[in-house]
Amino acid sequence: MSPMTAQIAEKVEAAPRRRSIGEVVLTVDDLQTVFYTRAGMVRAVDRVSFALKAGETLAIVGESGCGKSITALSLLRLIPDPPGRIVGGKVVLEGTDLLSLSEPAMRKVRGNRVSMIFQEPMTSLNPVLTVGRQISQALMMHQGMSKAAAMERAVEMLRLVKVPEPAQRVKEYPHQLSGGMRQRVMIAMALSCNPRVLIADEPTTALDVTIQAQILDLILELQNQLGTAVILITHDLGVVAETAQRVIVMYAGRKVEEATVEELFARPLHPYTRGLMASIPRLGLMRNQTVETGRLQEIPGMVPPLFDLPAGCAYAPRCALADDRCRAEYPPFEEKRDAHWAACWHAGE
Amino acid sequence: MPVSEMQVAMSAPVVEVRDLKKHFPIRKGLLRRTVGNVFAVDGVSFSIQPGETLGLVGESGCGKTTVGRTVLRLVEPTGGSIMVRGEDITHLGKKALRPYRREMQIVFQDPFSSLNPRMRAGTIVGEPLKIHGIADGAERERMVARLFDRVGLRAQQMKNFPHEFSGGQRQRISIARALALNPKLIVADEPVSALDVSIQAQVINLMMDLQREEGLAYLFISHNLAVVEHISHRIAVMYLGRIVEYADKVTLFTRPQHPYTEALLSAVPVPDPALKRNKHMVEGDVPSPVRPPPGCHFHTRCPYAIDRCRVESPPLKDVGDGQLVACHLR
Repeated sequence: MSPMTAQIAEKVEAAPRRRSIGEVVLTVDDLQTVFYTRAGMVRAVDRVSFALKAGETLAIVGESGCGKSITALSLLRLIPDPPGRIVGGKVVLEGTDLLSLSEPAMRKVRGNRVSMIFQEPMTSLNPVLTVGRQISQALMMHQGMSKAAAMERAVEMLRLVKVPEPAQRVKEYPHQLSGGMRQRVMIAMALSCNPRVLIADEPTTALDVTIQAQILDLILELQNQLGTAVILITHDLGVVAETAQRVIVMYAGRKVEEATVEELFARPLHPYTRGLMASIPRLGLMRNQTVETGRLQEIPGMVPPLFDLPAGCAYAPRCALADDRCRAEYPPFEEKRDAHWAACWHAGE
Repeated sequence: MPVSEMQVAMSAPVVEVRDLKKHFPIRKGLLRRTVGNVFAVDGVSFSIQPGETLGLVGESGCGKTTVGRTVLRLVEPTGGSIMVRGEDITHLGKKALRPYRREMQIVFQDPFSSLNPRMRAGTIVGEPLKIHGIADGAERERMVARLFDRVGLRAQQMKNFPHEFSGGQRQRISIARALALNPKLIVADEPVSALDVSIQAQVINLMMDLQREEGLAYLFISHNLAVVEHISHRIAVMYLGRIVEYADKVTLFTRPQHPYTEALLSAVPVPDPALKRNKHMVEGDVPSPVRPPPGCHFHTRCPYAIDRCRVESPPLKDVGDGQLVACHLR
């Protein structure tokens, strides 16, 4: 056996992950975020609900424009108003509805009890401040630490996220660091106040694969240590399969499917989820499967613009199973199997 | 032409690159003195047969894009040679290069910045025909309409501007433009990386269909190993300006020999939750191509590195079945 196949075999055996999943820390109920555009009002997030437990990783997947990032930004109330506005729903963090908080109260939540890491570590770090200063800012603000204590903690955080020579690195500016190092700094900053919830919006999309593997591992390891709940927003089903326990699939602003990761990959029920899974090349060779050289399964057409959604199911125009009912009536989001929900009239057919 | 000669011409590689080098000088100061070099491509050799797809993979900064552009002489090589149909085109002047340019086209990654926003789609696709003086007026119109049809666009869309198309459609326009001159080779530089997953499949299928129908060869540059596995016949893995492994697809994915290839393959997230993370990961970042480490470029991150790796650069050698590996340990 080559080292590669030996490794794969190891991977298969190491299957179920052990992790203590605790109580619900965050519930999102009927969240609705709209944008007022020249083309009219757009429902970017349309009645999205979910619950998140301590220590778990919930992935939200979907393609560009499906509303996954806007959902994340809505949780932290970071939607620019105008043109956007949260028009309904609740976001309850350990008993407090974040949507009803005053702005100063909300500021005490951001970066403290709920924090976020973004896709592009270069544009989300301040280029004119040293990384130490940026990490310590949150600590001084939220934890009332002195400057010296916060700086000391910043060094500790950098050590935690495995930045080499942290005592030197705190004095450096973002441009002096590589992309992977910057993302580590972002993670250090996000976790510095030990948040209950960490929202990671495409945290590895801008990174190379070997660095992506390092960063994903780091997030999971720290999550295990700290018991943080993670909302992972991504378009990459591979990342989902390797990191999440539960998955929400979004399409055109709505949740179309939700299940545990094992269930979703084994029995996708929504035709969109099935289409997505069939349309990605599978790296079969690496898993000792035969080479597929045939055509990939396509999802015909494209995501409809949000200002011009069809009357019934938004996926109907691209769906092979669509019938008159699908085109007229939006399917309810129902539990089709045990702990497996989907919004489709033909789920599982 | 005698039959034997024709056969030779038929089986000759579409393009053959030997010891290709591209060093970008770093200039500083008032006199713009060269203070160093970026060793973007540092001795790369490969050939592509008609109808074949060579996948070129590697992480950002490994020089894969520069290879693609140098092959087309969009970037002038610092050293080495580029042979097309057995002719050395490395030092040809602009005019002499033209007939070869017709045979090699490029599709870029970003379908938003690679199309002129002020030109109509039909004009964009017809431009190569105009520049090379192939067709005019109604004839050109007809040819463009045919190209639109071949890439799955409607002829009515010829009068639309790029912003009226989606990302996937724009990439179809780029492909139609590349096809206009009936090229033998298309350099595709991350052609699907900017597209959504469901659209990626459409573009990959289109490219594979065109290859079957036209016998096109592709130099398919990508960091996405799953896509490369699907579309390529042979694959070259690059690290810091050099090819570290070069093999046919099945060999590379089932029996990778270079530690970097191994690490790269194991780092790819596999969309199957039954295979949980248990990767052997490489530490650290890719070193800067301005000061690549001596010896084997990968030794700073390699778990198996020995003293020899730190001083002596390993040559690319055959380890059997035409699998080429640049590693002292193989």
